[in-house]
Amino acid sequence: MPKITFIEFDGTAHEVDVPAGGSVMEAAVSNNVPGIDADCGGACACATCHVFVNEAWMDKVGERGDMEQSMLDFAENVRATSRLSCQIVLTDELDGLVVDMPEAQH
Amino acid sequence: MSQAAAIDQQRVTDSQNAEAWRDPWSLPLESLDPARAILFKENVHEEYFRRLRQDDPVHYTANSEFGAYWSITKYNDIVAVDSNHKVFSSYKNIVVGDAPDEFYSPMFIAQDPPIHDVQRRAAQPAVAPTQLADLEALIRQRVCTILDELPVGEEFNWVDRVSIELTTQMLATLFDFPFEDRHLLPYWSDVATATPSTGRSDVTFEERNKVLQECLNYFGQLWHQRKNEPRKFDFISLLAHDPETKDMLDNPMEFLGNLILLIVGGNDTTRNSISGGVIQLNRAPEQWEKLKANPALVPNMVSEIIRYQTPLAHMRRTALEDIEFQGKQIKKGDRVVMWYISGNRDEEVIEEADKFKVDRENARRHVSFGFGIHRCMGNRVAEMQLRILWEEILNRFERIEVVGEPERVLSNFVLGYTRLPVVLHAK
Repeated sequence: MPKITFIEFDGTAHEVDVPAGGSVMEAAVSNNVPGIDADCGGACACATCHVFVNEAWMDKVGERGDMEQSMLDFAENVRATSRLSCQIVLTDELDGLVVDMPEAQH
Repeated sequence: MSQAAAIDQQRVTDSQNAEAWRDPWSLPLESLDPARAILFKENVHEEYFRRLRQDDPVHYTANSEFGAYWSITKYNDIVAVDSNHKVFSSYKNIVVGDAPDEFYSPMFIAQDPPIHDVQRRAAQPAVAPTQLADLEALIRQRVCTILDELPVGEEFNWVDRVSIELTTQMLATLFDFPFEDRHLLPYWSDVATATPSTGRSDVTFEERNKVLQECLNYFGQLWHQRKNEPRKFDFISLLAHDPETKDMLDNPMEFLGNLILLIVGGNDTTRNSISGGVIQLNRAPEQWEKLKANPALVPNMVSEIIRYQTPLAHMRRTALEDIEFQGKQIKKGDRVVMWYISGNRDEEVIEEADKFKVDRENARRHVSFGFGIHRCMGNRVAEMQLRILWEEILNRFERIEVVGEPERVLSNFVLGYTRLPVVLHAK
């Protein structure tokens, strides 16, 4: 079961263990980690599950998709490490993943 | 009488039962035409969509005053169409009816990438989070002034005194529009949305265009003024200084189109959610009691108000290629209407969707803002205005009593109210 660490903007860390197969967004929402809105429920259509992937994990999480890129084009405070967490599918390879949250999802 | 009004009249007369159109369950499925504006004005549209969601969720209406069109009525189908902009294009109309070419005014909501992207990006900083934080104190002060001037214990029209006044002041700020002339903004907004393309058969494009030329001239002067001043964070200054949009005034119809977009986007939507909240809380007094007992529910209720009201009933797309969708063959060039008002009542996604619940779980999960690259740009401004308004109402009043039937707008696009008689009760 992969372990993920979400770090809030104020530095508070939340460690959660979740089964592989779901998304990073779902891992946050189902464990009541604050800071992810996910208004569209995981359809890559609202850009309210924005996270910054820890540099060390950038290669492993893969690239942004086309639609994800389009949505991030209109998000705030986008960085090179920005991803929409509904588009990162959890695998055992991602055990230990660390993501930072933006100040707000809007 | 215009042609569209004549068709409506004929339909009613032809029917054995003149009131049959009020009950969609009594009509042949293939004849259902949910885009008729009268359905929304008379508030009978909900049963049309209930039937379509149940019997024909992706529905084809072959004949209507707007031509043939598809209706997408289920939540997940709406998300799928809205986020597939490569197949379902926003160019060049986003309401069910087409604007005639001579009155066509381009605007970025009715464009695809790349034009949409560069123009939206130019305007968006006006409603960015940092801007909003600066605006919060100002909005609260205005809300307090508006509420403190209201009469207690006597009837007045909530739409005029609160819904229109508050959203107009906000809009004037976002444009840095001369405050003393601010009443022009809702006037232009109302003229812009009252078109034959959304079912207003009593107005013509010519009349509308004449008024909108005044809007264009007024904003043209503001543009010249802002262009010669340093860039700041109002819509006009941002567009006049952005490298991608700095020449927009050279194409007056495109400038006008984008003005209409920004004026309507910031006006009708929040205005009608403000009125809608009052109506919903009157219909469900136990929800008002729940809110009073726990004012921390306000932000959640704001999302619920926006879902329940769905201030824009639909958005329309045009298919760029043949596509099979939920077993139906949509052809290249077909009109595809996403009925947000229907998606927001879809029981498969939203439990007890017909109920208004201030403490609804997952209240943010609604389709009112749309999805994908055209998702509402000002959604956080809207939510902030509604939040502050209800916080300050709770501080002041025992309740807002609706004392007469609300009057609704004749439109298949703007779901709203022209009159809402209320009496305030002091705390």
